[in-house]
Amino acid sequence: MERVVELLPELTEAMLQTFAMIGVAIPLAVLLGTPVGIWLFIHAPGGIAPLPKTHAVVSGIVNTIRSFPFLILLIAIIPFTRLLVGTTVGTAAAIVPLTINAIPYFARLVEQNITQLGTGAVEASRAMGATRGQIIRNVLLVDAKPAIIGSITITTVSFISYSAMVGLVGGGGIGDFAIRYGYYRYETDVMLVAIVLMVLLVTLVQWSGTRVARLTDKRV
Amino acid sequence: MISLRNVTTAFAARGKDPVIAVEDVSLEIPQGSIQGIIGFSGAGKSTLLRNINLLERPTVGEVEVAGIELTSLDDEELRQARHQIGMIFQGFNLVNNLTVLQNVELSLKFAGERNRSVRQVRAAEALEIVDITEKATSYPAQLSGGQKQRVAIARALATRPEVLLCDEPTSALDPFTTATVLQYLADVNRDLGITVVIVTHEMEVIKALADDVAVMEGGRLVEKFPSADLHREDFTPETSIGRYLMSEGISVDRGLSAAGGAR
Repeated sequence: MERVVELLPELTEAMLQTFAMIGVAIPLAVLLGTPVGIWLFIHAPGGIAPLPKTHAVVSGIVNTIRSFPFLILLIAIIPFTRLLVGTTVGTAAAIVPLTINAIPYFARLVEQNITQLGTGAVEASRAMGATRGQIIRNVLLVDAKPAIIGSITITTVSFISYSAMVGLVGGGGIGDFAIRYGYYRYETDVMLVAIVLMVLLVTLVQWSGTRVARLTDKRV
Repeated sequence: MISLRNVTTAFAARGKDPVIAVEDVSLEIPQGSIQGIIGFSGAGKSTLLRNINLLERPTVGEVEVAGIELTSLDDEELRQARHQIGMIFQGFNLVNNLTVLQNVELSLKFAGERNRSVRQVRAAEALEIVDITEKATSYPAQLSGGQKQRVAIARALATRPEVLLCDEPTSALDPFTTATVLQYLADVNRDLGITVVIVTHEMEVIKALADDVAVMEGGRLVEKFPSADLHREDFTPETSIGRYLMSEGISVDRGLSAAGGAR
């Protein structure tokens, strides 16, 4: 336990690094992935405004990024990371691959969330003379909101776990802390503390996500 | 006045011949009347109804509603024209995460009414027409089927349309609720002078509500007669489908007396 107290500053820093990575990557993924998800829904073959060829291309790009194992993606995009943040090591550098991976991940979830709504309200809106933008804002996003909040929760939990791998580029974070002390130095008790912290973090994210989703869901 | 002239609607099917849902249908529906369209599943009646507001664009033919030839409009003009054509559906199609009042406000929002308080006042007026004001702050999940359909009617009426299209509006409802909803449709037609077009496979609905009946089969309009004829004892429709549907309407007597009181 003394050892844990001794490592407390480092542990705190690791925790903050995790918060930074998730705190940047997830909002960016939501901001950029949501429009992609909506786009995929709207322009799907048989969708509101089908664009089969472009859809196949965009869908293909999404699948390609999604199929990369995260560790490989992390390394593969190093040149791009350098271009974007000027460095390839550290927390800032780790945020880039996390975000790149999270955008298509979240986009697919949003697409799924909207697809599951059914076509009734969209059809009624078309009959009411709504524009495509009005349908998206007033109908699709409104009815999909609880599901999208659920998707934000899932994405956050998944990427807390992915963020453990960014130690490879010196990204830090609580997962990396656990690997360094627990795996490389056989300090099992330190690792356990880190793992407990991660479990608490994930539990808190899941609990609050579920709660907010339930509050916004009026389907009773 | 709604005028369909030689309307044909075909759906492309991958690797197969196109499916012709509506074939060469011409129909004139006078202003302020209630037109019933009846037929079995797959007869093309819903497609024909969706042809009226161009939710399905006819492959061939012209559609004219309230003096505007819809088939000649571009997408933006068509959007504007649709504010004059209300529509209700079998599945109600309300937005689940909006309150009743917000649902009704939607049609006004889509029609370009930017002032929120104006929208709320007009939505409340529409709710009054179908006597559901007390549910204004409820969500659709808290309503019965009949109440949901009344909200859908209010939503369709809020923009004060000239025409109300009804796609199997009572098929998901029990006979008593059906009678109530039909009563409101009759009131709307009588009090507001709105032309009502109602698609159904239930002859009782036609008998209770419609002025005229069009019978569809295999995409074609096979027969058309005043629904008053249905009450004549010696009346026999010319087509077998008309006769069959009529016999169904008589023998399947659920809710007839209640529904019959609608007009």
